[in-house]
Amino acid sequence: MTASRRTWLRGLAAAGVAALVSACDRIAGDPAVRAGLRGAERLNLGLHRVLFDRRTLAREYPDSAISPDFRANGSIDPADPAYRALAAGGFADYRLVVDGLVERPLSLDLAALRALPSRSQVTRHDCVEGWSAIARWTGARLAPVLDQAGLKPEARFLVFHCFDTLDPEAGEDGRYYESIDLVDALHPQTLLAYEMNGAPLSVAHGAPVRLRVERQLGYKHAKYIRRIEAVADYSHISGGKGGFWEDRGYEWYAGI
Amino acid sequence: MAHLVAFPGVDAAAPHLHGPVQAVRPFALPQRLRRVRFPGGYVLTPDPASSDAEAARRPGPWTRLTHALIAASVFLLLPSGLQIFNAHPALYTGEVSRFDSPWMEIGARERGEAMQGYLRIGGREFDTTGVLGWSGPPGAAEKRAFPAWATLPGYRSLATGRNWHLAAAWGLGLGLTAYLVTGLAGGRLRRSLVPTRAMLAPRAVLADLAAHLTLRLPEAGGYNLLQRLAYLGVLVLVLPAMIVSGLAMSPAVHAAAPWTGDIFGGRQSARSAHFLGACLLVLFIGAHLFMLLLHKPLRRLRGMTLGERETRP
Ligand code: HEM
Repeated sequence: MTASRRTWLRGLAAAGVAALVSACDRIAGDPAVRAGLRGAERLNLGLHRVLFDRRTLAREYPDSAISPDFRANGSIDPADPAYRALAAGGFADYRLVVDGLVERPLSLDLAALRALPSRSQVTRHDCVEGWSAIARWTGARLAPVLDQAGLKPEARFLVFHCFDTLDPEAGEDGRYYESIDLVDALHPQTLLAYEMNGAPLSVAHGAPVRLRVERQLGYKHAKYIRRIEAVADYSHISGGKGGFWEDRGYEWYAGI
Repeated sequence: MAHLVAFPGVDAAAPHLHGPVQAVRPFALPQRLRRVRFPGGYVLTPDPASSDAEAARRPGPWTRLTHALIAASVFLLLPSGLQIFNAHPALYTGEVSRFDSPWMEIGARERGEAMQGYLRIGGREFDTTGVLGWSGPPGAAEKRAFPAWATLPGYRSLATGRNWHLAAAWGLGLGLTAYLVTGLAGGRLRRSLVPTRAMLAPRAVLADLAAHLTLRLPEAGGYNLLQRLAYLGVLVLVLPAMIVSGLAMSPAVHAAAPWTGDIFGGRQSARSAHFLGACLLVLFIGAHLFMLLLHKPLRRLRGMTLGERETRP
């Protein structure tokens, strides 16, 4: 075979493969197809809720298991002016707002948050990318905070609005946010964490307050929390799928 | 006729299958659809000389259905799994990731003017430019662990890969469970897949090995020793281990059933086992398809998909 014919054949083969890949991609990425596939997510959530005790605790580890190299992902240094101003003042002016479908909206500074019933736990953090790391998290348990605010009966989800804009090109919709249901909200290990490994939360890991919702993947653990809103339904918020990554195709239920 | 590639579960010994050829089959296709005429006049109908015994070993509808479900699921799980792997192309042992010491890593780096893709396993490094680490059309190559042709979707999207992977996992789980439960209950697995005592005699083992190495395969009925071990290994070890290690990586499952992770030695070890299991499956599928090509591929394929056993037109 001559060299030119070989090049030609190789080009043809490459073009064939490329055509095949792009045909597969059109099907694989089709929004309707993907919506269908996400039926599996409802099955997973349903099955987990039926099979597993709602109060099952995620495993807790000894301090010796704490990772020396816990990676920070997503936003690691928010550029949003409101956040920068708070961080410059050591978060002295920080207020965590709890509102929406509650009887008594709250506005808590860090001292008030630290005065609430707390918990400290050494747990494993699993990133959707595949890696894991262990740390000690200390914070206010979410359930007593919700008790104080008094959830209205219509409230079904909690939406965590954050300070950071992870996708500046998307404007307001580029703001990070997350949501969980009441099963996870009332779970004993669900914390508004203000400490990691015994020190105040660093900016990279979500200062001053981040969510810990053990039993779900990392992207559910919203950092830089500004406001917690109790809602009956999250479809009117941002992209409508219940979270920044959910709006970009990830599962709302990140228990798997 | 050696039955190298038919899916396991076809029972040579079941006497009730030896009857007339026109047995009632719930998943039978209309006659019209079953006679496929290929270009060149090749008509896919059974060889009239084939014996009753052979006909009886052809896969039944239930085996074909579960085989189709398992095969389709694995066909989707592999490339979508590689898409997921690309999101963090490094593997660790133990419960957590020690980022400075993965036992396996795929990456890319600048080497002079050009980019070089590499695969590092333990202390050894291999140049894999064009396939692993750095690949794509000339001028548009990019840093990615597995190349576009090996991932689902081809472009980078962990979210889409996960959508497909977690949906196809249900297909595998249901298909394999159905296959194993019915296979065990009917004794089909034991009869057609567990090696017989005669097969395990040293001389028989050597003969079987020699036959495989020289690609001269025995004409005896039923599956031979290596086939039985390979099928059995995949069905009762590798595929179930893929399911358990997949579940072990789920934080919710791990909370409720920590043993899923512990049996592998931690979550990152489970992820490593999941990846190595996928590699084993690629080897198995390669050998399986190679054998199919060697032995009347169209008839075997048709037997496994549409079913066989009708009279000649
Ligand atoms: C034949 C079957 C399967 C194949 C070939 C396969 C392949 C893969 C590969 C190559 C990966 C990426 C790298 C890794 O984590 O090892 C992966 C990830 C994953 N697989 Fe599978 N898989 C299979 C079945 C399953 C099943 C049945 C489940 C669920 C029960 C599952 C759940 C997962 C999960 C959760 C991940 C993500 C792990 C991570 O975050 O990196 N897989 N799979």
